[in-house]
Amino acid sequence: MGENILTYINAFIVGGIICAIGQILIDKTKLTTARILVIFVTAGAILGSLGIYQKLVDIGGAGATVPLTGFGYNLVKGTFKDVESTGLLGAFTGGVKAAATGITAAIFFGYLTSVAFRPKAKR
Amino acid sequence: MQKTLTKKEYQKYVDEKSPNSKLLRNMIRAFIVGGLICIVGQFITNLLKMRGLGQDETAGITSLLMILFGALLTGLNVYDDIGRFAGAGSIVPITGFANSIVSPAMEFKSEGYIMGVGAKMFVIAGPVLVYGISTSVIAGIIHFMLI
Repeated sequence: MGENILTYINAFIVGGIICAIGQILIDKTKLTTARILVIFVTAGAILGSLGIYQKLVDIGGAGATVPLTGFGYNLVKGTFKDVESTGLLGAFTGGVKAAATGITAAIFFGYLTSVAFRPKAKR
Repeated sequence: MQKTLTKKEYQKYVDEKSPNSKLLRNMIRAFIVGGLICIVGQFITNLLKMRGLGQDETAGITSLLMILFGALLTGLNVYDDIGRFAGAGSIVPITGFANSIVSPAMEFKSEGYIMGVGAKMFVIAGPVLVYGISTSVIAGIIHFMLI
């Protein structure tokens, strides 16, 4: 049980820090949402390929995998896994394979909710 | 004579006047909300692990559920309210990725289901996938050459 609570604290701190970094980027550079998300997914992929992000995942758990940097990390992790088992072709199969659940869920649930709900009038 | 400021000058004036504490306040908000969203993710993860699911399945189902929550809360017009308070705290988590899909798709529904919903879903998600996947392919090719 005590160990369980620790996972929540670690997730909160690591996830919180990653989001606070995003906030610095927004406030200091006036970056748009699209640019922030692209920077984060790319940063996650680069840090993932250098083996740095894995350490963050080991510490923070969902605190590192839930932010979009974790999506980039997951893409690279899957790519490396397939490259190691099938060679160069793996560079083209592993990433999307590992991210399949996330991509499909985002498209499917995104479409359904967009169709089902109406936007609130702009305040 | 009334002094007129250009947009740039005005921005500079605002930046000088707005205290640095505003950044700190926004950072704390982002930290707390982002951290709380990650705690939800950790809760799902722990629950699935306790049920004996493997690492990959756990990660997959967790992101699936987080995306579902993000999409639903956007549809219910709740996520944007959270976003006004949380800033990056609601943008950076994967729930924010779902929000970035649903929000423009709902807004442009009047343009139809193909070029409205279908296309606008990817206004932000598209670039994310382009850069994320391309980076992973390059990393994979380099990894292939190194092993």
